[in-house]
Amino acid sequence: MQNPVRFLASSWPWRSLAYLVSGVLVGAATVASLAVLLIGGTLLAVALVGLVLLFAAALSGPVVARFERMRLRLVDHDPAPDPHRAPLEPGWRGWLAVRLREQQTWRELGYVVVSALALWWIDFAILALSLSLPVVSAGEIVVDPQVPWFGRIFLAVVTPVLVLVAAYPVTVWAGARAALARTILAPRDAEIGARLTEVARSRARLVDAFEVERRRIERDLHDGAQQRLVGLTLALGLARLDLPDGSPAAGSIDDAHEQATLALAELRELIRGVHPQVLTDRGLIAAAADLASRSPVPVDIDITLPGRLPTAVETTAYFVIAETLANVAKHSRAGRAAVRGRLLDRRLIVEIRDDGVGGADSAAGTGLSGLLDRAAAADGTLAVSSPAGGPTIITLELPCRSE
Amino acid sequence: MPVRVDRPLRVVVAEDAVLLRAGLVGLLERFGHTVVAAVGDATALAAAVATHEPDIVVADVRMPPGFTDEGLRAVVALRASRPSLAVLVLSQYVEQTYATELLDSQRGAGVGYLLKDRVGQVTQFIDAVNQVAAGGTVVDPEVVLQLLSRRRDPLRRLTAREREVLALAAEGRSNTAIARTLVVSEAAIAKHIGSILAKLDLPPADDDHRRVLAVLAYLRG
Repeated sequence: MQNPVRFLASSWPWRSLAYLVSGVLVGAATVASLAVLLIGGTLLAVALVGLVLLFAAALSGPVVARFERMRLRLVDHDPAPDPHRAPLEPGWRGWLAVRLREQQTWRELGYVVVSALALWWIDFAILALSLSLPVVSAGEIVVDPQVPWFGRIFLAVVTPVLVLVAAYPVTVWAGARAALARTILAPRDAEIGARLTEVARSRARLVDAFEVERRRIERDLHDGAQQRLVGLTLALGLARLDLPDGSPAAGSIDDAHEQATLALAELRELIRGVHPQVLTDRGLIAAAADLASRSPVPVDIDITLPGRLPTAVETTAYFVIAETLANVAKHSRAGRAAVRGRLLDRRLIVEIRDDGVGGADSAAGTGLSGLLDRAAAADGTLAVSSPAGGPTIITLELPCRSE
Repeated sequence: MPVRVDRPLRVVVAEDAVLLRAGLVGLLERFGHTVVAAVGDATALAAAVATHEPDIVVADVRMPPGFTDEGLRAVVALRASRPSLAVLVLSQYVEQTYATELLDSQRGAGVGYLLKDRVGQVTQFIDAVNQVAAGGTVVDPEVVLQLLSRRRDPLRRLTAREREVLALAAEGRSNTAIARTLVVSEAAIAKHIGSILAKLDLPPADDDHRRVLAVLAYLRG
């Protein structure tokens, strides 16, 4: 228990008072609504309308719980995360389908019942007892002419003390009540879930930052080194025009020109590896077709998408396809490969298969472990099926969180 | 040595890198062409074309403000309103999508798509400018290579020599130029071309330009 002066001067008594007062109001409203639903439901149960009312009463848990979690903010600095899963489909059907299967819904209904039968009555009783004493004693001074003068002085001293004392039971009960509400309405696993979400988010931010960095490097190379090299080959080409064929200077210039041209070709490939421009400009389908056209093994591309996907998803899918096709060319001895891509239920599914010798192993230090990491960083999964003798099928699944 | 000595052209150059822009202007002027405007972004390019009505536009694919494919989009849009405008597009690296979009604009007449590196091969670059300005089609050998590798199966029926000839034809070269490159007679080239078109089930065509388009259309399949 802390220093009473500091406690009484803090906002806690007032927050607790607000918590209990709002508890009484919400409780009264809940009890009234439940009473209407239950009585009406029972009376009308013969007609089907009654069943709907009873059903609504059974599902009152999540509704009340939402209010309760909001009220918790009055006396609890930690946010109470909503433990419910988001419905997969919009509309009330999707909502019902998820809620009816969740254990949390029934925990909350239990809370509503306990709250209606006991908790809010206790709120009311604590408030009434704590506040009635100072109110009565203050009332005595004002309205009762029978009280002698020393009685008045006594009451005038006692009333503020009673007000101060009342702060204690109110705060203690509010604290207990809040702890109970948190235990039932915002269980620990939801908090762990929230932390995991935060970790996933920060990982996604890292991936995005990495992507931005790659683009910056690509831009710098393109605007700097590449332009200068092209300028150099141009200058050399012009200089060469002024030299007679067969002169020693012409030979040297030709050599320099050739070196610069080779450097340009290498730089071009390097830049493509850092960040494929066509992916940014035209999206995954065009970029995959581009990869296929460079592959020494013939590749059939069959990707259908409703439109552009989030950048992180496109990038991850692109690099997985690129590295897989490179592996196919290096290790598989395949005669053909195929890439299929579809968007199903807000998940991008990419399947890359080849008719090679199989035996690809993610533990054998091929590029596969890197691909697994790439998929994981984007919250996705990568499945490899590669029996000896083939075929090898690599399936990438990525959630498309909307941006 | 230039393939043909054409009339001097009025050129608009669009390239955001200052160094390269100056280089291109110097190169074109060195070969007797006039650069009527040299600009650094797609908006200025459209304005320059409207003001000067040039014979040919030489443009970089990637330009401000977005540094994606503004240059390409700008020339495709310009050609939609001026079908006769010749354009030579320079690209950082070969992308089939870009090549396809260009070749699809006004059936590919007066269109060139080259890797930026080719600027350094000065005489070939100037040849390409002249050819495109004359209504021809020039496609970078890299694009042709990619297209060839994509349609491997029927191409197996071609002899190695025929494949060489096909690649050069797809780049938009005339029989004369192909003959000079491969150091054989023009008659031999004409025979090869006839045999290639037959093997690929393409209609015979005497006109270089129509032939290039047929071959490219086939390769893009």
